[in-house]
Amino acid sequence: MGNVLLSVIRRDLLLAFRRRADVLTTLFFFVIVVSLFPLGVGPEMKTLRLIAPGVVWVAALLASMLSLQRLFAADYQDGTLEQMLLSPQPLGLIVFGKIVAHWMVSGLPLALIAPLLGLQFDLPPEALGILFVALLLGTPILSLIGAIGAALTLGLRGGGVLLSLLVLPLYIPALIFGAGAVEAHIAGVSAEGHLSLLAALLIFSGLATPWVTALALRISME
Amino acid sequence: MLEVVHLGCLRGERTLFSDLNFNLSAGELIQIAGANGSGKTSLLRLLCGLSSPLAGEIRWNNAPARGEHFHRDLLYLGHLAAVKDELTALENLRIASEFGGTPLNPEQALEALSRIGLAGREHLPTKVLSQGQKRRVMLARLLVSDAPLWILDEPLTALDVHAVDLIQARLAEHLAKQGMVVLTTHQSLQVPGITPRRIELG
Repeated sequence: MGNVLLSVIRRDLLLAFRRRADVLTTLFFFVIVVSLFPLGVGPEMKTLRLIAPGVVWVAALLASMLSLQRLFAADYQDGTLEQMLLSPQPLGLIVFGKIVAHWMVSGLPLALIAPLLGLQFDLPPEALGILFVALLLGTPILSLIGAIGAALTLGLRGGGVLLSLLVLPLYIPALIFGAGAVEAHIAGVSAEGHLSLLAALLIFSGLATPWVTALALRISME
Repeated sequence: MLEVVHLGCLRGERTLFSDLNFNLSAGELIQIAGANGSGKTSLLRLLCGLSSPLAGEIRWNNAPARGEHFHRDLLYLGHLAAVKDELTALENLRIASEFGGTPLNPEQALEALSRIGLAGREHLPTKVLSQGQKRRVMLARLLVSDAPLWILDEPLTALDVHAVDLIQARLAEHLAKQGMVVLTTHQSLQVPGITPRRIELG
C-alpha cells in the first residue's frame, strides 16, 4: 500500500521536473507579488515590519491558487484520472500522493524562499525563522484543502475563478494562525500557540481531505 | 461472471437505453454496436463503475460491481489514451500497470513494448510518437494484463493492419484462458475461433 503512495509521488515529481516552467511560474509569481509591496508602500521600516507576515501569507495563498488548477487537470484530460479511479489501490492514498508531490513543487519552494523575501521588510532574523516554520506547516494545508476545490471544479468552464471562490474562504484559519505566529513574535509574545494550532490544522486536514477529495473526484468524473 | 440487469441510462434529457439485460461468462466476447451517440461509451463507463446507472444493476461474481474486488479483475482502456506526453513509452507502461495493481519489471515492460511494435522507441517521450504509436503504448497493457475482464472502448482506432491482427490474436488468447471481453468498434472484428455476440444500441 505504501508502494503506490511512493510511486504516485515519484511519478508526479518526474512530471513536474519535465515541465519545470509550470513550477517556476508559481515561484516567480510569489516572489514578484511579495516584492511589490516594499516598492509600493515606501521605505517606512515600521510599517513594512507590520505588514510583512500578512503580505507574505496572502501572496502564498494566491500562488497556491495558481498551481492548484494543475493538480488534476492534466490527468483528467488525458484519461489517467479514469485509470486512477479504477485502480484497485485506495483512491484516497493516490490522491494523498498527488497532494504531497504538489506541495513539494509548489508549497515547499515558497517556504524556502520566504525568509529571503522577508529581508525586504526588515524582519529580524528570528522572525524570519518563524515565518519559515509557519509556512512549512501552513503550505501543506493549502495544498490539502485546495485539492477538494480542484477536484470539485474539474472540467468546468471558468473553473479557475470558481476554485478561488470556493477555496480562499477555507484558507482563512491557516492565514490567521500563520501570519499571527510571526506577528506575535514581533509583538514580543511567544509564537508557540499559533504554530501548535497550525500543526493541529495540518494533521486534521492531512487525515480528512484526501478522502473527501477522492469522493469529489468520483462525483466530477460521472 | 458479469451480469447486467435492467440497466437504464440517461444523458441530459435523452434516454440512451433502458431495460438492458445481458450476461457475460468466461470465454465470451461481447461487441457493443450502434451509431455514433447511441450510448456505447456511456454503457462501458457504467460497466466499469465510472458513472452510476439511472436504473438497474451491474454485478460481478454475484456482488455489486464496485470497489477493490472488482477493480482488481478489471482492465479498462477508454478512448482517452491515458498516456503522458512527457513520459517515455516505458515509463508510461510501467506506471499504468502499477496503478492497475500489477507492477512490471523493466524487462517485462520492454518485451511487451517490442511485441506491440515499439522496439527502439521505448525511451522516447511519447509526445514525439504518432497517434497510432501512442495507442500502442496504451494497448501494450493488454499484452501484460492478467485481469479476467477487459472493457475496451474502440481498441482498434488508429492502428495499422499488423497491430490490429496482433490485438485480435491477443483477444483470442485471453478468451481461450477463460477471460471476458466487452468492446466497441466500428471496424470488422475477426477474432480467430470466436463469434462475437453483438448488442445493438439505439
